[in-house]
Amino acid sequence: MSEGGEGANGAAIEVRNLVIDVAGPNGARKAIVEDISFAIPPGEVLALIGESGSGKTTIALSMMGYSRFGARISADCIRVGDLRIDRFGEDALRTVRGRRIAYIAQSAAAAFNPSRPIMAQVIEPLLVHRLADRRTAQARAIELFRALALPSPEIIGQRYPHQVSGGQLQRLMAAMALITDPELVILDEPTTALDVTTQVEVLRAFKAAIARSGATAIYVSHDLAVVAQVADRIAVLKNGRMCEEGPAAQVLESPASDYTRSLLAAVRPAARPASQTGREKVLAVSGLHAGYGRVIDGIPAIPVLRDVSFVLRRGATLGIIGESGSGKSTLARVIAGLLPAAAGEILLEGERLPPDMARRSREQLRRVQLVFQNADTALNPAHTVGQILARPLAFFHRMKGAAADTRVAELLDLIQLPREIGARRSTELSGGQKQRINLARALAAEPDVLLCDEVTSALDTVVGAAILDLIDGLRRELGIATVFISHDISTVKAFCDDMLVLYSGNAVEQASRAEFAGDTRHPYTRLLIDSVPEMDRGWLAHRAAVERAALPGAALENPRGEALCRFLPRCPVAVAGTCDTVPVPLRQAGSHAVLCHRTLADLASAGIMGN
Amino acid sequence: MAGAASHRSTLGNIAPLIARRALSSLLTLFLVSVVIFTVSGLLPGDAAQEALGQSATREQVIALRHEMGLDRPAPVRYMDWLGSIARGDPGMSYVANMPVSRIISDRLPNTLTLAGITAVVSVILALAIGVGSAVNRGGKLDSMLNVVTLSLVAMPEFLIATLGVMIFSVKLLWLPSIALVTPDASWSETLRSYALPVFSLTCVVVAQMARMTRAAVADQLDRPYVEMARLKGVPFSRIVLFHVMPNAVGPVVNAMALSLSYLMGGAIIVETIFNFPGLASLMVNAVTSRDMPLLQSCAMIFCATYLALMLVADVIAILANPRLRA
Amino acid sequence: MSGKIAQTLRTLPISGRIGLGLVLFWLAVALAGPSLAPYPVGAFVDRDVFSGASARFWLGSDYLGRDVLSRLLWGSRYTVLLALGAALLAVATGTSLALVAAVRGGWTDEIISRTMDTLISIPSKIFALVLVAAFGSSLSLLLLIAAFTYVPGNFRIARALAMNLVALDFVQVARARGERAFHIALREVLPNMIHPLLADMGLRFVFVVLLLSGLSFLGLGVQPPHADLGSLVRENISGITEGALAIIAPALAIATLTVGANLLIDALKPGAKG
Repeated sequence: MSEGGEGANGAAIEVRNLVIDVAGPNGARKAIVEDISFAIPPGEVLALIGESGSGKTTIALSMMGYSRFGARISADCIRVGDLRIDRFGEDALRTVRGRRIAYIAQSAAAAFNPSRPIMAQVIEPLLVHRLADRRTAQARAIELFRALALPSPEIIGQRYPHQVSGGQLQRLMAAMALITDPELVILDEPTTALDVTTQVEVLRAFKAAIARSGATAIYVSHDLAVVAQVADRIAVLKNGRMCEEGPAAQVLESPASDYTRSLLAAVRPAARPASQTGREKVLAVSGLHAGYGRVIDGIPAIPVLRDVSFVLRRGATLGIIGESGSGKSTLARVIAGLLPAAAGEILLEGERLPPDMARRSREQLRRVQLVFQNADTALNPAHTVGQILARPLAFFHRMKGAAADTRVAELLDLIQLPREIGARRSTELSGGQKQRINLARALAAEPDVLLCDEVTSALDTVVGAAILDLIDGLRRELGIATVFISHDISTVKAFCDDMLVLYSGNAVEQASRAEFAGDTRHPYTRLLIDSVPEMDRGWLAHRAAVERAALPGAALENPRGEALCRFLPRCPVAVAGTCDTVPVPLRQAGSHAVLCHRTLADLASAGIMGN
Repeated sequence: MAGAASHRSTLGNIAPLIARRALSSLLTLFLVSVVIFTVSGLLPGDAAQEALGQSATREQVIALRHEMGLDRPAPVRYMDWLGSIARGDPGMSYVANMPVSRIISDRLPNTLTLAGITAVVSVILALAIGVGSAVNRGGKLDSMLNVVTLSLVAMPEFLIATLGVMIFSVKLLWLPSIALVTPDASWSETLRSYALPVFSLTCVVVAQMARMTRAAVADQLDRPYVEMARLKGVPFSRIVLFHVMPNAVGPVVNAMALSLSYLMGGAIIVETIFNFPGLASLMVNAVTSRDMPLLQSCAMIFCATYLALMLVADVIAILANPRLRA
Repeated sequence: MSGKIAQTLRTLPISGRIGLGLVLFWLAVALAGPSLAPYPVGAFVDRDVFSGASARFWLGSDYLGRDVLSRLLWGSRYTVLLALGAALLAVATGTSLALVAAVRGGWTDEIISRTMDTLISIPSKIFALVLVAAFGSSLSLLLLIAAFTYVPGNFRIARALAMNLVALDFVQVARARGERAFHIALREVLPNMIHPLLADMGLRFVFVVLLLSGLSFLGLGVQPPHADLGSLVRENISGITEGALAIIAPALAIATLTVGANLLIDALKPGAKG
């Protein structure tokens, strides 16, 4: 095509000077994306990297001539193969969408229609574009299901979206996108909503499927390590503009822009020095059971936590790692007394805390403070920042008037925010600022124990890294013992003195930082660590080579049964005849404890086998 | 877990759900009867005293009270009352001196016909208006319909009815201003008698119904799966028909049932204006004459109808939702 | 605060401005109307009945030869103030119960919600009729009946709002701090419900106006010698065949009041275009 322009003739996709703007409140148009140009060679994958608000999804969608919220797309050229998308009207675009260009959304759970069977939705692109009859389309879909390693490919299409797991649904959506053999596939954060152990499987299935179809792809993500596994080229975006664009290896290894460097630095935080810890136990938890429903003999009908014990020393940090559903947030709520424990003991400096917070004294409540995960909902939008910070001062310290004002200003200094912010409402603050206020409110109580529940998971990487730095600095300075709950194992490894790994409500492993660095690991911990993508571009391929037993699956379901290992269905080193019959023992050496039938020596060598 | 769910039979899943829902309706109806009996039978004071007037002697009042059974404890009276209503024989009307069941069985069919015709007309109209404005969201048609339905919702029934009478019977002389519903009336006469009441009632009901339908459909149009369908190149008409409507069935049916309950309130005024021999105007007469047995029966019929409507709507919503169905 | 109001007014769409105008007009009439009435409310001033508009009687005369304008000015006071009082009472009661139910939860919530579910299953006009039959219809009783009738509706909305808020983390934070239920309800939850509650109060106001004028129209509402707008329509119903102003004027008065209120509420709704 002569329209392709010079220098990009060989490219499958070409974008020149893309601008996307929205109508402002007073009629003026405001650009949300500006000055974007790139080209993708046929069959390659371009990653659009950026934080929230960087315009990465907006740019990706404009490849289909589609925009949200009435935004207007204009460009010198948007070319996909021989299609000049920028010159197409709505009718022409409709014939292209889902046929030549396909889209894979971030949340398959939301993108699938809940009231139609999966098959009907997967083959719909073939049917509406009249590319195949129903029978052929279904055969093609089943073929794709098989290629994407979906279980029971023949019948999975008969199910409704709510009947399959998140990881499967995400792969089913890939089938829906690939079914028409599109030239361009747009993947919008397709693994972000998944747990880390599921992510690997899905990522691998995607990569293989795209490679096999020969399509060119645009991969939208905020996660550089994920992108390193799939991208040939990377474009880094910030505030709707492009910071840099180039071959993946070059952007990852020798980035040209400072912004890219800060992104890279935030991904894998450097390890912090060990804390100054005393011997005395600030918080000691033993034999904790908790959950929902009726409690019989200390075990609730729907157990969430089972027999969890740990010790937090003065000034130390304990990291609690687990995937969604592992019970890690519940643990924080149980310690805070929001969800009374069904059995077990919580000792605060040797003093037994009543399980229900309603029975705790004000002083006991003050000494354990919980920082909630989501600062968006943890701050009352009807109150000013000043009011939010003043309340715990009045409540716990009976501090009012000028003294309280002074203390609020000090707290704002402490979290490195300007004092003027005290007059604003939380709705006017950025995500990072909100999380700082959230933290300051907990500090206002002057606690002995700070429970941080996934405090950075709702934040962009760079902002989250700054919050982590702040927390680390303050807890050292103020000598607060901290429980740090996270799904991100690299964060916990960098910041914590001790780790506790939760799987399906069980503490499967506890270790000091030094012990954790060794080779002896619970098989689940090993899976968790191995599933975290590394910045190394060959990681995914390498991991596929060393991987053994099929691991994904659900935990063992025996709510009231005796203490069989709940990791059994997923365990690659299970011992038949033992693990499925005998309650699992706790193996200990020093402060290292592992809940497994295998001996610690076995587990260490299992590690050698694995890596 | 997914496997287990799909193997189980469809009916096996829904039947207990529907049974539970029906049971809850019955419980509510029972509680409603307690409220109605308490409010109309226990609280207002002494019916015997009232029947005899101020001049009656104490002995007379006590005698009548005993005769009417008012000297028994409240729970006994309630159980008696509930039993009589459940048997379909709520006793004698104080005023008409006729069995309440006879009066009601004369009137009920008329009201049911009126409500039935109105329901059919309004459901069709409301679907058209509601879906039409939802798919044209933000457009001229939508904002026009918004103002029209918004105004209609706030219009008193008697204004619509009197305007209808002024225009169609007084000025144009097309339709009778009084509904003569008799068994021996001719077809065209009956139709003409029903025209104005149905028109007035429809105006009252359709606006609310259309607004709620629009909200339900518009809510679905904002869902991510609609965007996904557009990005698959599915034509908009097909999106509305095959993607949005199946999901909107539950909320839309619910909206319709709720609005149809408006119909009962509307019927009270409309039947009175047109002298329509129905249950609602009967109830107004019962209030005017403080004819409690008649009033209680009418109220219970209306409440039972309302609960039945809501039950049907919920059952349809359950049947339409694959999460509950499969 | 006043700047915020001015800002809201500037962005109000035309329908909203019309609504605001109508509502303010009727509020003014309800407050000042009677002192502007040209004739005493019950005086027979015209020999003719159902006369048309004239310089002496701007809105003509009624079925007894009384001045329609004067009666309208008085009648709107009853309609507007009764409805305002009832709407306020209904919202105050419903919202208080909703806050108690949402913050206490458990059995308290169970019992209150079940009661309200029962009451809401009785269609409001039917319920009002039963209450009138049982207790009569003096002005204060009418106010209570209208309020009571619409408590369950407000409760349902307020409880849904409060439940959503109670589930949010900032309420959990307050709970974790050990705050009392009273503080949580009034300081944490209620301030975030004000806007939708005001809108709901507007809607309840419209409902009460329609209910009370409907009752009066049936002869079961405001009793002579008092007369609200609904009573005016009723007493002049014989003029319908002549299309008398005496029946059209009060009916239109009600309609403009309720439609105006509805347009205003709709325009103030968050997400409304304009």
